[in-house]
Amino acid sequence: MKSYSNTYIFIFSAVMVIIVAALLSGAAITLQPYQKKNIEINKKQNILTSINIESTAENAETLYAKYIKESFAVNVNGQKNVDVNAFKVDMKKELAKPINERNLPIFISEIKGVKQYIIPVYGKGLWGPIWGYVALKQDLSTIYGANFSHKGETPGLGAEIETKEFQSQFFDKQIYDEQNKFVSVSVLKGGTANPNSKYEVDGISGGTITSNGVDQMLKDCLSSYKSYFKNIKTNI
Amino acid sequence: MSAEKEPLFSGKNIKLLTEPLNDSNPITVQVLGICSALAVTVKLKPAFVMALSVVIVMAVSNVVISLLRKTIPSRIRIIVQLVVIASMVILVDQVLKAFLFDISKQLSVFVGLIITNCIIMGRLEAFALSNKPWQSLLDGIGNATGYGVILVIVAFFRELLGSGTVWGYQVIPKSFYDFGYENNGLMILPPMALIVVGAIIWIQRAKNKKLVESN
Repeated sequence: MKSYSNTYIFIFSAVMVIIVAALLSGAAITLQPYQKKNIEINKKQNILTSINIESTAENAETLYAKYIKESFAVNVNGQKNVDVNAFKVDMKKELAKPINERNLPIFISEIKGVKQYIIPVYGKGLWGPIWGYVALKQDLSTIYGANFSHKGETPGLGAEIETKEFQSQFFDKQIYDEQNKFVSVSVLKGGTANPNSKYEVDGISGGTITSNGVDQMLKDCLSSYKSYFKNIKTNI
Repeated sequence: MSAEKEPLFSGKNIKLLTEPLNDSNPITVQVLGICSALAVTVKLKPAFVMALSVVIVMAVSNVVISLLRKTIPSRIRIIVQLVVIASMVILVDQVLKAFLFDISKQLSVFVGLIITNCIIMGRLEAFALSNKPWQSLLDGIGNATGYGVILVIVAFFRELLGSGTVWGYQVIPKSFYDFGYENNGLMILPPMALIVVGAIIWIQRAKNKKLVESN
């Protein structure tokens, strides 16, 4: 094989890196608007799924505009902050802040005159972040619907949190017990949840860490809205 | 330079394309790229997109490396190969995210993991570095298709037996379930992919006498 001088090798690598960098950043910039749009539509679809409205990538925006009436952020004491665009709030960044500086987004939807309160949740799975939306009925305790997504959980195992079978288990569960104490909904080991309990659902067999992640995520995220819920309840 | 030009689809070139499908299949004969074959074959659709992505990455990287083969310093050739593969994979990933968002969500990390697919590096090193672009293109498409075919076969059986669906559509009728039929949960787990691959290797060796080693 021909041998090359060190100078040649350096020049070769430098040129290669510059070409590749230009190519990739060019591609990233041209494709970014499409990707952003997809992510936005996907988010709207997820929010809609949490109130049990099926949508496609085409009609998600119209349906979103139709059902979601209000969106704003509250702080941990339950005060509204109308300056924040709830849709644009990055849950990951909020959760990194100390609890009393967080903006807690909330979406209020209305189906046939009945309100639902949609709470975004965000947590850790096995391989990466998991997140979702939990819609509460007007009593702010009964779950109306739930939707979970993930970045890279194992297909067929942890990724099953994305399926309807898993999510529909949450319907009509309660996050407050009869003494009005916050208990959240526990995700237990697959097959061990008491079917009559209002506070338990089955986790996924083979996806234990992801299931625990969902459990933790619900406890962490829903609990920070306690004061806001209290304020609304006293106002009614 | 040879005086007479070889036709584009001469017997030898066609062989580059067809041989990896059977006689030198990357998965069943060379046993390369097993890791991703286990990971993405739970459902048929992601497996198919994965196979397609690998075809594209492999064909383009093979051609690029083949075009550069006379200028690449041999001391850094592995780095150059990796850079080419990695940039192709990033491009494919970006395009999937922009235009096939749903599928890119399902494939998640595995698109990125095409970089680590040993078949691609193996073909660049073994073939593209010492052959002309056209032959390299055929070789790339051939090997990637050989890989993809196995992926799709494995995914078909795993989805059918593990979830009762094919391409996301329910094919096992509901009445079966009423009679006590159950999806085989084991099919969803990676070890079963290995067993399915094993079964394919077994069938292939039984049919193809060329692959039987003489003792």
